[in-house]
Amino acid sequence: MIDQAGQEAAIAAAVAAWPEGVRREEGIDMPVLIVQAPLIRPVCEELKRRGFDMLTDLTAVDWLPMGKVPRFEVVYHLFSTRGMWRVRLKAPVGEEDPVIDSLVPVWPGANWPEREVWDLFGIRFEGHPNLTRIMMPDDWEGFPLRKDYPLEGTERPAPIVRE
Amino acid sequence: MGQIAMDPNRPFFLTKLEKIAHWAQKNSLWPAQFGLACCAIEMMGTAATRFDLSRFGAEVFRASPRQADVMIVAGRVAQKMAPVVRTLYDQMPDPKWVIAMGACASCGGVFNNYAIVQGVDRVVPVDVYVPGCPPSPDALIFGIMKLQEKIAMGKNPGAWEGEVLPLKVEAGGR
Repeated sequence: MIDQAGQEAAIAAAVAAWPEGVRREEGIDMPVLIVQAPLIRPVCEELKRRGFDMLTDLTAVDWLPMGKVPRFEVVYHLFSTRGMWRVRLKAPVGEEDPVIDSLVPVWPGANWPEREVWDLFGIRFEGHPNLTRIMMPDDWEGFPLRKDYPLEGTERPAPIVRE
Repeated sequence: MGQIAMDPNRPFFLTKLEKIAHWAQKNSLWPAQFGLACCAIEMMGTAATRFDLSRFGAEVFRASPRQADVMIVAGRVAQKMAPVVRTLYDQMPDPKWVIAMGACASCGGVFNNYAIVQGVDRVVPVDVYVPGCPPSPDALIFGIMKLQEKIAMGKNPGAWEGEVLPLKVEAGGR
């Protein structure tokens, strides 16, 4: 049984607390909050206090082909295990200095997804305990899921050459 | 070794030491037991009862590279996996052979992207390529028989077939 009122109350509280920085939109599957990047941690803390106790997904989008400014968007999916509510947060991040606060202090489970986003999109998470590559080799150059990353031809020299 | 007509009065035959060594090697292949992707499922099927790889003397999959002499690269090799595959190969005692099983291990297959090594022959010298996606157990057995022929012919094990040029292209992104 979904407690619609509780979900609305939590989301409304987040919008009311930061009227400048948080904007509400309707997604096709769940409410969407557009959150200014510097506010992401306080907004998430507030939503967690009001029932969104689980971070189900953390990823990013590169809007380069659409020419959107700012170029990147970090996307968070929150879930309430008691109320069965969901909400999606989108935080735009600029191209010059792609950085956003880490959510590891709020949800420890954000650790690996944030490393993945760093590894593949090159978005830094300020305050992350161990922001290193997770998928690609440690000495990899570039961020493969950026849209300007070449699809092929990035192969490196053979790792070990036979003597 | 060809046909041998044994003379009962002379119960022995002459051959070359090299030749009999190759004969022993080819009929007792010990593959390294590891799989990288879906090809490994077909490799397991190859070793199981229906196809019965032991008919060709190659059923003893060893979990340690120290005890293996054939490396069947069954699946796509990720960039991160490549040094590991190479280390496993280096740990195998000589003489040793490599079978690239399937399209991915042979040339990257459908994964023409940043994550996958475009053919395991950039990392280790490959003796036999088995095409297929994944190759059926019959195809893998055929590949093993081809390898046996190669061993019997005494081809230099583990030799690069040609010069392997490292591909250096500048990575994109920032």
